[in-house]
Amino acid sequence: MSKHRIMGLFSDFEQAFAAIAEIRAHQIPGVSVDDVTLKSPIEHPEIEEVLGERSSHVPKFTLMGATFGITFGFLFLASAQATFLVQPQGGKAVVPFPSNFVLTYEMLILFGVLFTLVSFLISARMLRRRDTLYSEMVSLDQVGVLLEVDEKNAQALKSLFQRHKVVDIREEVVR
Amino acid sequence: MQTKDINEQIKWAQINNDVLRSLENPRMAYWVAVGICVAMIACAVIGVGYVYTTGQGTLDLYWPDMWGTWIGTFIFWIGMSHSGTLLSAILHIVHADWRKPIYRFAEAMTTFSLMTAGLFPIIHLGRMWNLYWVIPYASDRGIWPNFRSPLVWDAFAIFTYLTSSALFLYIGMVPDLAICRDNARGWRKKLYTVLSLGWAGTDRQWRNFRKTYLLMACFLIPLAVSVHSIVSSDFAMSIMPGWHVTTFPPYFVAGALYSGCAAIITLFIILRYFFRFEEYMTIPILEKTCKLTFVIAMAWTYLNAIEFATVWYGPDQVDKELLINKFTGPYSPYFWAMLFFGSVMPFTLAFEKLRRHIPTMFVVSLFLNVGMWLERWMIVSPTLSLSYEPFAWKVVWPSIVQWAVVFGSFGWFGLLFLVFVKVFPSVSMYEVKEMVYHRRRAVVDDNAKALHRRSSDPQPAAEMPGA
Repeated sequence: MSKHRIMGLFSDFEQAFAAIAEIRAHQIPGVSVDDVTLKSPIEHPEIEEVLGERSSHVPKFTLMGATFGITFGFLFLASAQATFLVQPQGGKAVVPFPSNFVLTYEMLILFGVLFTLVSFLISARMLRRRDTLYSEMVSLDQVGVLLEVDEKNAQALKSLFQRHKVVDIREEVVR
Repeated sequence: MQTKDINEQIKWAQINNDVLRSLENPRMAYWVAVGICVAMIACAVIGVGYVYTTGQGTLDLYWPDMWGTWIGTFIFWIGMSHSGTLLSAILHIVHADWRKPIYRFAEAMTTFSLMTAGLFPIIHLGRMWNLYWVIPYASDRGIWPNFRSPLVWDAFAIFTYLTSSALFLYIGMVPDLAICRDNARGWRKKLYTVLSLGWAGTDRQWRNFRKTYLLMACFLIPLAVSVHSIVSSDFAMSIMPGWHVTTFPPYFVAGALYSGCAAIITLFIILRYFFRFEEYMTIPILEKTCKLTFVIAMAWTYLNAIEFATVWYGPDQVDKELLINKFTGPYSPYFWAMLFFGSVMPFTLAFEKLRRHIPTMFVVSLFLNVGMWLERWMIVSPTLSLSYEPFAWKVVWPSIVQWAVVFGSFGWFGLLFLVFVKVFPSVSMYEVKEMVYHRRRAVVDDNAKALHRRSSDPQPAAEMPGA
């Protein structure tokens, strides 16, 4: 049986959320709210109440980056300073903590930011080709609700969208 | 008279149209400004060309004040960079939504100020083609960085700040670049397609985007504070009179925020006119920016007063003489001008009528930044010229070539900024849409409450007849 990807475009969040609420109430067999992808011009402030709690792994990468920054920053400096042992230190510490603290702090922030950026690219699934159901109206003022359903449920989903005043329905067969 | 930060009835499609139009159809004044900036850069290029063809002596860089003007200007540009990212990040964290129409250009200002500032340490080397000598790598010259020197901290801090603030600006722009991609043609479409990183507005992307933006904002606040504190250490870690001051880090940070806020007011007014952004860069938002500038100006004035008092009642006689010299000596006209522009002129921001008068605010913001440039010059030059040994005192004025380079740096900053606002949206479309959405919901909620009170629904007990 083939799978259908169907996206309904709604003129506002309220109608899209009403359609999702109906999906949540299991109006269509085999379709869960966890399968819903919402596309919108802005992030709705109460999105989690509608779609449920969905986690983000970005903060974990940030912590990793900051930890790496501290470790690498200090070791980089200390190893460079140890290499300079050939030079006269004038009785001062080979690895001076006050000044290394300043530089390690900067490295903490730099790597924290870089890891955060990389984790965003990975977690948000950026740098991918946009799917064929992408609508430019989503970047303008419409809200898209995207689902992948079995062929037998495709018509039921479209009817559900139509009950909530969908503006446009786009569909493709995936397999 | 505009009383709202934004008109909540504005349609999302209109926001897209208005901002996208700015990328194609600025007023004629925009092109005049581009021409002026190019002319200013030409001044600097001619000046530097003259120095390199005639000799370094034409710069009039004499001991003891060898590089006062250029390093003063370097600090000015570093300071200018602070307000954009710092205020954007702080206001984002405290959910001050009036920042939304103006933060994009403020962040761009940060990045371009840093790029301009970065030119001065290179220029002040004299023979800038030997710049690579300062890079630490194993060679027979045996040149190694002294990690104890605040100058090395400076290099680390500024590199980190430039990288982080440029990424913060870019990441915040990704949803808008997708809007540009969906509406552009030709080379712009190709550019925006690459830069928008495949953004499709899915809930997964928004969720991770919000986290990323918030975390970057959290990093940038301490970073911005640390950068200017470190720049102040270039001076405060020395034992020179006028520099060895405990309050220098907060004084530098306050001065940086001050000049940055003043520059935001200037650029706000310019962009509002160039791109017909009256609907987004509204008078109430200008007023809020002016109030913020006023508060920071007063903090800066207070820190100045503390510094004067500390020196006056302190034990260091040389420090005291330098302070008296600033008030009465050869630099006194500039010192008094700095105090007037920095501490007295901000009182114009305390009056509502003046805050709402755009030409007045434009002129005031320019003078505030003149004051801030003088402040940096007054930090560097008097100490170098009038230090411990009276036999070495020499008041050195910047030569015409130095002025040309300083002047050209403003043109360089202006040109980078003008090119940016012509290629990328200077108002954040998605954030303004959010702002409008929230305001509209707030109005609907208020109306619903009002209707409820007028209807026959049960009323609160206190308002019941006879209660």
